[in-house]
Amino acid sequence: MSTDTPDASAEDASTDDAPSRAELAARVDELEEALAEATDDGDKKMSIIATKGTLDMAYPPLILASTAAAFGYDVTVFHTFWGLDILHEERSKSLKLSSVGNPNMPVPNAVAALPGMDRVTTKMMEKRIADNDTATIEELLETSLDMGVEFQACQMTIDLMGYDEADFYDGVTTGVGAATALQDMADADIQLLV
Amino acid sequence: MSAEFDIAETLDVKGASCPMPVVKTKSAIDGLDAGEVLEVLATDPGSMSDIEGWAAGTEGVELVDQTEGDDVYKHYVRKTE
Repeated sequence: MSTDTPDASAEDASTDDAPSRAELAARVDELEEALAEATDDGDKKMSIIATKGTLDMAYPPLILASTAAAFGYDVTVFHTFWGLDILHEERSKSLKLSSVGNPNMPVPNAVAALPGMDRVTTKMMEKRIADNDTATIEELLETSLDMGVEFQACQMTIDLMGYDEADFYDGVTTGVGAATALQDMADADIQLLV
Repeated sequence: MSAEFDIAETLDVKGASCPMPVVKTKSAIDGLDAGEVLEVLATDPGSMSDIEGWAAGTEGVELVDQTEGDDVYKHYVRKTE
């Protein structure tokens, strides 16, 4: 019993309340059943929140989503803010790579901030993607959709950005919010914010 | 090597890089019957670790063999169920 029991009378009271052996056995059965249910649902789930829409940051959610689908996971990717651009049929084909704010870029920020520099770095990256036979964003998205990945477009940010539901790829789910994403995360084995 | 098992189908993902070798392997396996072996030809060096990891973490498949030849990595995956 607890060590801070003040006197013997309290201990007596707790002994009286102690569950019987049969009650304990029933409780153990109940817990074992719940444990089996929780650990053996068979469905592995992954939930990703995609918030970025630059060319480099569009890749990780799509690569992980398609790979997880290949592993047999049920995958949901919830896109919000700039992450919506990945699902936007037109904008997804012209995602940009920022030349500023990345100290690994070969040019100093003062130069990188000049007009047209983002276009230069984007072209450079697009060429590397093509030269390396790296899948394009569109390919990864179509592949993921084919594999059953559920892509969700956050309704609040669709309205905020002035997008239309028809702007998105076929198969993209709209009309969802944070509560939907939270529920997916609560059910998932893996949760990622990108 | 192929004497040990029959190859039901060959998937050529030469040139493709991550995650496509794994993703396309999964799709090709889906089209096979239980017991059949898929041969995957890849040039992505990461495919050695990736396909091994995918096979270990995925139910219903088993990695039978992997070989590293002249710039081509060969993977043999059996669909078990």
